[in-house]
Amino acid sequence: MIPVSWYLILSAVLFVLGVAGFLIKRNVITVFMSIELMLNAVNLSFVAFGYMLGDYNAHIFVFFVMVVAAAEAAVGLAIIMLMYHNRKSLNVDDIELLKF
Amino acid sequence: MDAVLFFLFAGIALAGAINLIRESHPIYSALSLVAVMGALAGLYLMLGAEFIAVVQIIVYAGAIMVLFVFVLMLVNAAPEVKLDRSKMAKNVGPPLLTLLLVEIVAVLRGKYPTSDLVHPSLLSGDNTRQIGKLLFSKFLLPFEVTSILILVAIMGAVVLGKRRPDDSR
Repeated sequence: MIPVSWYLILSAVLFVLGVAGFLIKRNVITVFMSIELMLNAVNLSFVAFGYMLGDYNAHIFVFFVMVVAAAEAAVGLAIIMLMYHNRKSLNVDDIELLKF
Repeated sequence: MDAVLFFLFAGIALAGAINLIRESHPIYSALSLVAVMGALAGLYLMLGAEFIAVVQIIVYAGAIMVLFVFVLMLVNAAPEVKLDRSKMAKNVGPPLLTLLLVEIVAVLRGKYPTSDLVHPSLLSGDNTRQIGKLLFSKFLLPFEVTSILILVAIMGAVVLGKRRPDDSR
């Protein structure tokens, strides 16, 4: 059997890679994909804990995370489309309207 | 056998995640994210979460990533330009990320050294039925609130995507 901690460490590594992508990437869609990667990493630890404790509540949590991620992707991508329409650019450095 | 499968799926997931960051063209990043999600579905199956594994494939790898690729095609995304503006981000970022990783791993290894407490009910194979029962009894209110959330998301996407009357372009 595989120790649950291996799954948790894999999840931590994936989460950190998601954070790195979020900070490094300049394309706003890739930044968005890094957020999805972080959500997936957290889902993996939910399922691993659910397996360890024999608890189905973890699966319900993952289900809700997926639903919220789907809603977030729909609205976020609509915003990105609008942004591209107005600015003709996907670079996060070009979006500085709220910069003080 | 289990270890081989774990390292296979974990390797695919890690390679995909690293490739997501490494690639400069967003469409390759999207495809490596699909690989990560497929590998994670395999890991979910190993953890006895059949329902979540299938939903992962259908909703994440299917619906959400198709939406991403669709938008990428619509906006005709070009490879991103590296500007290298921030010296500080380059020098401080990697050590801080390594610190975060070491911290999380240290906490996890301290708390859950090699624990593998498998509850027998999780391996009985009626995973989907148990989730359905929970979803429509204990989690009924969150489930209904979720439907409102999705309705709001649909309306938001439609309002944002609609062409305004004063829009000359």
